[in-house]
Amino acid sequence: MNNVLREDVLPSRSPMPQLRSYEYVLEVVNARKEFPGVVALDDVSLRIRPGTVHALMGENGAGKSTLMKIIAGIYQPDAGEIRLRGENVHLETPLAAQEAGIAMIHQELLLMNYMTVAENIWIRREPKNKYGLVDHAEMHRMTAELFDRLNIHLDPEAEISELSVANRQMVEIAKAVSFNSDVLIMDEPTSAITEKEVAHLFEIIRDLRAKGIGIVYITHKMNELFEIADEFSVFRDGHYIGTHLSSEVTRDDIIRMMVGREITQMFPKEEVELGDVVMSVKNLSLEGVFHDISFDLRQGEILGFAGLVGSGRSNVAEALFGVTPATSGTTEINGQPVDIQTPQDAIKLGMAFLTEDRKETGCFLPLDIQENAQVAVIHDEFVNSGFISEGKLVDACVEMCKKLRVKTPNMHECIENLSGGNQQKVLIARWLLTNPKILILDEPTRGIDVGAKAEIHSLITQLAHKGVAVIMISSEMPEVLGMSDRIVVMHEGHATGILDRSEADQVKIMDLAAQ
Amino acid sequence: MSTTATTATAASAQLRAKKRMPPEVGILLVLFGIAAFFEVLGWFLVDQSFLGNMARLQIIILQVSVIGIIAVGVTQVIITGGIDLSSGSVVAMSGMIAATFAQNSEWPKVIFPALTDLPFIVPLAVGLGVGALAGFLNGWFITKTKIPPFIATLGMMVSARGVARWFTDGSPVSGFTESFAMLGNGLDRWMPVVIFLLVAAFFHVMMRYTRFGKFTYAIGANPQAARVSGINIETHLIKVYVIAGLLAGLAAMVAIARIKTAQAGMGLMYELDAIAAAVIGGVSLSGGRGRITGTVIGALILGVMLSGFTFLRVDAYYQDIIKGAIIVAAVVVDQHRQAKRSKKT
Repeated sequence: MNNVLREDVLPSRSPMPQLRSYEYVLEVVNARKEFPGVVALDDVSLRIRPGTVHALMGENGAGKSTLMKIIAGIYQPDAGEIRLRGENVHLETPLAAQEAGIAMIHQELLLMNYMTVAENIWIRREPKNKYGLVDHAEMHRMTAELFDRLNIHLDPEAEISELSVANRQMVEIAKAVSFNSDVLIMDEPTSAITEKEVAHLFEIIRDLRAKGIGIVYITHKMNELFEIADEFSVFRDGHYIGTHLSSEVTRDDIIRMMVGREITQMFPKEEVELGDVVMSVKNLSLEGVFHDISFDLRQGEILGFAGLVGSGRSNVAEALFGVTPATSGTTEINGQPVDIQTPQDAIKLGMAFLTEDRKETGCFLPLDIQENAQVAVIHDEFVNSGFISEGKLVDACVEMCKKLRVKTPNMHECIENLSGGNQQKVLIARWLLTNPKILILDEPTRGIDVGAKAEIHSLITQLAHKGVAVIMISSEMPEVLGMSDRIVVMHEGHATGILDRSEADQVKIMDLAAQ
Repeated sequence: MSTTATTATAASAQLRAKKRMPPEVGILLVLFGIAAFFEVLGWFLVDQSFLGNMARLQIIILQVSVIGIIAVGVTQVIITGGIDLSSGSVVAMSGMIAATFAQNSEWPKVIFPALTDLPFIVPLAVGLGVGALAGFLNGWFITKTKIPPFIATLGMMVSARGVARWFTDGSPVSGFTESFAMLGNGLDRWMPVVIFLLVAAFFHVMMRYTRFGKFTYAIGANPQAARVSGINIETHLIKVYVIAGLLAGLAAMVAIARIKTAQAGMGLMYELDAIAAAVIGGVSLSGGRGRITGTVIGALILGVMLSGFTFLRVDAYYQDIIKGAIIVAAVVVDQHRQAKRSKKT
């Protein structure tokens, strides 16, 4: 297996090792990237040696993806330099990065569903016959040869839509390899494939490494780090923390580097007398997505949900609220069994759901603040035989927006023109207007600035004081730890533990979340 | 302490501030501009006044009425993020079917020899019913089978035209009762305009001041967010398509009553004129934005252009070429305005 990639059939663009005039095939120096309200990367550097597998580690939101997108030409850094084979480069488009010798396997698969495997791999690089038309026979041969080298057993003429997710991932990998790049970025390539394919992928990676390619490997899985990575760099909150040889450290060291920040006093959590159980969930499952989730939720309680992105936390919230109803399990509200099949059902039962993705499932971007705020409350309230009692409704919305300190010239401002923090406040106002008894918050402070964050945190505390039961999903460790009474930790669709406020800490959560 | 209180009151007064100039003002100015343009050219080229001719103005607004009634329904469909290509054919289908119930006893009967001299309410109800049924089928297929509105209404466009031809084997139907003909000629010939304005006013109020209207905008602005906000998208969409079909049926009644005959080829391309009126009036094809008043002005712009070119004796071929260009230009301007608006952040 060790000569899967034979030199003679897969000529590399990289010079032979002994002729190299540079120590690092790729260097990112002092990169900075800001988004409105957030510094995603602050003075970050990364150095990749040829012929090594370099893992990137960090919590959700640590800045890994932003950094990778800068390297792949998708984002432009606000400051800093990128050096490729020792020379400064400006990668203005993904195509420029590709042509400069950087290939990337994205976490989400970017294949064209109704085209064949071969067409997907060679898109934009199709072999032509003498009439300038696409030479399908040659394309088939090139694909077969590539698969042969990589030991992949797939039909080049199969349509992508017919393939399993794992096989699609293998096509992505083959495509990335086919560029013969000097740098290959893999963003969580094993998140959708089984053990057998992981082993296969690692063989491919080892061969590429032996050929002198620098591989950047993003993963959340500790065991993979120790199995495949030579070096690793840790990021946290947009900062570069350090680079080490993976043979020199232990799993605990890495977790400490990843989470090692102080918990500041930003979280105005106050002890609230917990009331009766308002919601009791037993063995809630959504086939293939999450399984056997059980918990009780009391009045005034803040129940945190921690876990990595994709662990199924948001799916649980969506099932509870009837967006994607669960396939089995029971939910009781105030001791009564309920069957929530649609969001309307949930709203009638006094539930509210701030979704994770403000743009996708939250804001009505073309509409103004008033219209965004009122939409959930005009089902029964403020409506008189179909007509909206505009005066009272506007008063209520203005009051709520004032209370939440939405910064806007007036209620007719289009929500698109507000900052992320203010948009989030309008969406929270939308739900608070319905006077919820159970409030589900999915990433309530994602992508918003520190000031707005603190305001939202103190608001959540106030609500708990008033007896509202809160479920809060968050990828920010300090937020979960600072705000929650109890924390449910999820991993791959299962609840791996429920921690009490007193016993929870970052290391324990990471341990349960990353397994 | 008192200063903070005053600032707070000031702040909420400011929050409550009324909206600035409504977007229709701009498009209304365009309408006036075009009318003035024809007026000036009229004096120079044909030595006549364009606006100073009551008969011409009446014809313009009468012509606009039928398209306008359809456009009020199509506007709502477009605001939900959909499209309705079937309205022209639905006009023909409801027109043909209703016409056979509207005949007097003096003319040769096309289909129902026994049913003559019925009160006008019968053909009217039949026409509206057929239109509403077509709209229901559109909405049902779109929500239950998840096929795109473009395809569902394209199918309806072809089939409804077929029904219109099949129903009388292609023969036209005329000889309507006096009472039915009033729908197109009553109130001293202004009836179509009255119906159009009533329809526009009714749905303007509905879109602006009722929950139903707010939900229509919400679905078009972001269907996923609308769903999470507790809106039953499927039922609501079906209702909107029923309204669009119903209004196409009403437009058909007005049209056949006015020209006193129904034929299977009527309403050809009306759907496109209705869509054009909405788009010129600032209704966004991506959904969530637009107003009935804008569509009314858009329809008037189309009518004024048509009449103006005829007035200037511009060849019909040129008229179509220019009309097409104006539709595209309206969308380009709208896109530009949108891009500018979101760049403000």
